[in-house]
Parts: sequence; structure tokens; C-alpha cells
Amino acid sequence: MKLSKIGIGERVKVSELPQSALRVKLLEMGLVEGRELRLMFKAPFGDPIAVDINGYMLALRLDEADLIDVVQLN
Amino acid sequence: MKFALLGNPNTGKSSVFNMLTGLRQHVGNFPGVTVDKKNGKIELNGIDHELVDFPGTYSIYPRSEDERVVYNHLIVDEGERPDALIVVVDASNLERNLLLFSQLYDLQLPILMVLNMIDLAERSSQSVDIQKLQELFPEASIVTSNARVKLGKDRICEALDKLNKRSGNRFLQEEICGIDDLECQEWETRVRIAKIGEHIEALLTRQVNENVSEKIDKILVHPIWGYLIFGGVLLLIFQAIYSFAAYPMDWIDGSFVALSGWLSDTLPAGIFSELLSQGVVPGIGGVVVFIPQIALLFFFIGILEESGYLARVVFIMDRLMRPLGLNGKSVVPLMSSVACAIPGVMAARTISDKKERLNTILVAPLMSCSARIPVYTLLIALVIPDQTVLGFLNLKGLVLLGLYVLGTVMALLVAVILNKLIRKSDKGFLLLELPGYKRPRMANLGLLVWEKVKVFVLDAGKVILAISIVLWALASYGPSDEMENAANEARILSQELNLNQEEADQLVASKKLEHSYIGHMGKFIEPVIKPLGYDWKIGIALISSFAAREVFVGSMATIYAVHDDGETNRTLLQKMKSERHDNGTPVYTLASGLSLMVFYAFAMMCMATLAVVKRETKSWKWPLIQVGYMGMLAYLGAFVVYIIFK
Repeated sequence: MKLSKIGIGERVKVSELPQSALRVKLLEMGLVEGRELRLMFKAPFGDPIAVDINGYMLALRLDEADLIDVVQLN
Repeated sequence: MKFALLGNPNTGKSSVFNMLTGLRQHVGNFPGVTVDKKNGKIELNGIDHELVDFPGTYSIYPRSEDERVVYNHLIVDEGERPDALIVVVDASNLERNLLLFSQLYDLQLPILMVLNMIDLAERSSQSVDIQKLQELFPEASIVTSNARVKLGKDRICEALDKLNKRSGNRFLQEEICGIDDLECQEWETRVRIAKIGEHIEALLTRQVNENVSEKIDKILVHPIWGYLIFGGVLLLIFQAIYSFAAYPMDWIDGSFVALSGWLSDTLPAGIFSELLSQGVVPGIGGVVVFIPQIALLFFFIGILEESGYLARVVFIMDRLMRPLGLNGKSVVPLMSSVACAIPGVMAARTISDKKERLNTILVAPLMSCSARIPVYTLLIALVIPDQTVLGFLNLKGLVLLGLYVLGTVMALLVAVILNKLIRKSDKGFLLLELPGYKRPRMANLGLLVWEKVKVFVLDAGKVILAISIVLWALASYGPSDEMENAANEARILSQELNLNQEEADQLVASKKLEHSYIGHMGKFIEPVIKPLGYDWKIGIALISSFAAREVFVGSMATIYAVHDDGETNRTLLQKMKSERHDNGTPVYTLASGLSLMVFYAFAMMCMATLAVVKRETKSWKWPLIQVGYMGMLAYLGAFVVYIIFK
């Protein structure tokens, strides 16, 4: 499942980062396989979205969220 | 010694820089790129050392053109390499911050970690075990600080004085990867993250994830409240700028006019006195008068940025601005340009994407700035009838509103077109940290305002001053003794007409201007501007407007030999209303008036803005393109309007 498809408040875990030009950048921002995320809120029109990564908040567009595979927790 | 200051964005790096250097800093730029290079001096034991502030990054491997500066200076270019590193690490976000720190640690330069405790002090939700951190990086020096409350300057200086020597200890044994070797970089980053992950539990006493920011954010990024609040904030800022800046601006204006008058009265008549009183002093006045607006605007932008709100603005505006090739951050520069394009263009600094920033800068001057208001008011009073529409709307007011809308719509339209035209090397992305809310620090705001004003006065000021002097020379001199002859004729004429001293002086000034070089230029371009409904007198006003748009009114007053009273311009209006072409038709009709308004709405007639665009884009290419495209828009727009209403 892609991170772009997650609803507000849902908790997920990064399962895979498919090959993309942004992969290293995503890693540097803390989006590593196994990392738990929580979708904090979405901007009006649903894009961009804001996720909580270990206590810091990252905003990303749906285009970037499409590059991140996640599995749902609980 | 040369120290380099590095760290993630939003770690309080600039607070540390300001704390260490105070006013002893200046802004230059890294060679070849549009990145500001902030240099400062720090004193250790009575000796000055250099401190270079690098752009905030999450890794030493660059993901954008601008971030290459860090890698190039630290690794590639041996001549530029600093002697030691100061790395600001945000204690509340230790895990992510340690990635960059561990990379820098492995460069084998003496290294100081400044563990910034801002959020810890404010929320006390977690604490860092410094002993364990020291064990992880045995050759690093570590100090804690809270730069927001100026805590730790002595500790940092003390630590810099006796930095640990490096003797080969590394976090990872592998060498740093090449700048373009993505595969190596990815592998290395993964290994680092994994190793940091193993130790992070031991370094931190567990954090409590109670986040005040989250509750505020629920409102600030709300689909309805979010926009309403942002609109309200903008409204407040512009109200403040308009009402507060007006006083110092009037005062500056008045002072320079008085100074000019005093100089021409006091100094012995001659070229030098005229150059000073009519060229240099008004030129400097034209620069200084912008300072209150620029200072106020950056004060407010500083508050938005430091508090963390600006990141939320980007968040809610991003989707709306993206189809236009702009960025959520473009909103502030564009709105600022309604006051004045100069601070607007300078505010585009906050946009990290190069293309989106360039796009914003290129369209910003189309927004209707306050310098256009005197031009619009004069022309509207001249050609728009006093009439109400739908029973209650004043037609004059509607036209003025229409001109603002016209500017905004054109700015957005051009942005769409530029978006298609300007090619871009990398696909745009948005990975933006939304920092926790913080109280802005006055010292940081003060330094920000000081730095922006300084840059404006030094860089834009030079160009404005030069242009003012050139325009003065063009208006004061003419071919051979043509001007003197014209002046003499005017004097004889005014004696015949029995004019009083003031009227005679105005007539002489008018005739002299007509026969000056600028007068000749006005006549020379007449065939070109005739299709727009203009004559050579308007031509003169157009040329002199190149220094600044509002000069239009003053030039008109001189040409029509009336006193510029600066308020209602009643005499000027009467003169202009009765002005006829050679064939007896009036010069200022609805068609030519509207055409002139559209011309002023689109044309890039502001040297100060051009100088600032040159400074911000580091080349004359973009300001020239701006003059070109806006000139074409102005000419075509004015032509079409003239044809329609004729």
C-alpha cells in the first residue's frame, strides 16, 4: 500500500522504498524501512500531507508519498 | 583559523551564528551559485577567526544545486576547506540530526557538536545522555547550548579554543562517497542510519509525544480556517506596512526635498550645485524612501518564518500554486509586491526550488505596487467620468480595483506560460519539515532586517543613484545651445504675457525640458508610441519613469509648466484636460488614458526592482528578459485597449 492512500490519524510502518531518484533523500529525511509513521493531517484538497516521523513533522506531496510503500498497523 | 558552521535546517543554526558573530557578519555569495555565503568574525583570546555559515542540509550529499556548496567546500576544493567544523544538532530530533553529524565526523577535521536544547528546555519531554554521545563520537567536542536565550556562547568559545585533535577515529570505516555516486550514497546512508538506530535508544530517555503544535495545526491548516487565518495575517501585515511606513516615508521624502532646496539655494549656482541638488540628492532620496517598507516587511516575514507559521502557509498553498509553476512560498513574495516589488523579489529567497523561485521573481513586478498609485489616480481623475455603477459603485474606484485585478491575473497567467517555457533539470518535489512553533527572537529579527536593508541600499542603491544621475543629465542638457535659446524665448514670452515670477520659472523649465536630450528622445520615440495614443510629451514622462514610476506625475507637471502640489494636482489636471493634438482633438481621451494605465500596469519601469532582480538571480539575463516581456505586454496591451476604446 502506498503512503499516499492513508487516511488521517492512521499509523503505518514503512515496508519498502521502491527505486526512485528521491530514494536517498527520503532515507535522509528519516523514511527508512521499518520506521513507524502517523498521518497527522492533509492540506486542503488532500495534497500535500503531513506525517509524524519519530516526533518530527514532515510535509510531502502525494507524488512523493507514492514512492513509499507502507503496511498498516493495528 | 576558518570555522564552518553546519547543521540541519530548523536546528537554530542561524541563532547560533548570530550569537557568535553579532553584527560582525556580512553576506556575500558562494562562487558560481545563487547561495548566500554568510561570513562572520568570532574572537577567541583576542584573535579574530573566520566563521562561514553553510546552508542547512540533511546530509553532506547534495540533492539540489545549492547544496553542492557544502560537499564542494568540505571535500572537493582543498583551498576552501575549513580548519574545523561547528555542527549544530537539535537535541529534540537527535536521530535524524546524527546522520549529518556522523558524516561530518568522518571527514577527520576537528569537530564541535553544539547540542541545541531549545525544545528540551521548553517541553522537557526527553533528555540526551551526553556521556554516551561522547562515547559514540570520542574525538568530537560536545557542548550544550540554547541559542534562543543566548545560552552557551562562552562554552562554545571555550570549546573552540581547545578542540580535540583528530587521530583517525571514524563512525564508519568506509570512505565518503563521490558527489554523483548515488548507489554508494544510498548504501552508505543506510548503514549509517542502521548504526545510529542501534545506539539511539541508549542515548535518549524516551520522549513523550505530547505535541502542542499538533493542536494549533489542526486549526492553521484547516480547509476553511487555514485560509481565513492566512488571509487575515496578510491583511494585518499590509495594513501595518501601509499605515506605519507612510510616516517615515513622508518624512524622508520631505527631508530630501528640503535638502535639495537648501543645497541649490546655498551652493553657488553651477553644474556642481545642480548635479547635487537635482541628481544626487533626489537619487539617494529615491533609495532611502523604500527602507521603511522593506524593513517592516522583512520584520513581519521574519516573524512568520521564525515562529514556524511560514511552513504551514507553504503546506496549505502548495496545491493551489503548483499548476502555475509557483510554490506555496510564492504567496508571500507576490503579496509583498503589492506594497513594493523590491522586498517581494528579495522575499523569494525562501523558495528553495530554483525554477519556482525564478518564476516568482519574474512575475512579481506585475503585481500592482504602490508606486503605480499616483500614476493611476492622476489618469483616472483625468479620463474616467464621475459616475456610479449599479447605483452604488463608484466607477473611478472600480477602474482602480480593475487595474489591481489586471496586474494579479497577468502575473498568474505569465507564471503559467513561464512554467511551460523554462526547462528544469530535476523534477520538483516537496519534502518540507514542519517545525514546532517557537517564539520569534528579537535579536534574530533585528539582524535579518538590518541585513536586508543593507543589501538593498548597497546593491540596488548604486544602480538607482546612477540612473537618477543619467536621467538628470539628459533632462538638464541639450544639443549645443538649444536649451539656452529656448529658455530665453520663454523669458521673453513670459514678459510679453505679463506672467509672475513663479509662472515664468515654470514656463522656462518646461521649454528647457522640451529642448533637452530627454525632450529630443521623447520626440524621437513619438512615432513608436503614437499607435498607443501618446504624444512626445507623454514620451518624455515614460522615459523619465524608468527611474521610478511615480516620477511620471512630476515629469508631467514640469512639461505642462505647472506646480506639482503632490496632492490633488488640480492645475495639472486642467492643463492636461485642455491639451490638444495638432489637429485639435484632445490628447487625453478615455482611449489614450486607459491605454496609458494599462501601459503602466504591465511595463517594467522600475530600475530599483531590476537592480534587485539582477542581484537575486546573479545575472543581467533575467532582468533584461523581464524588461523585454513586460515591455511587450505593455505595448500590445496598451495598443489593444486604445483600438477598442477609440
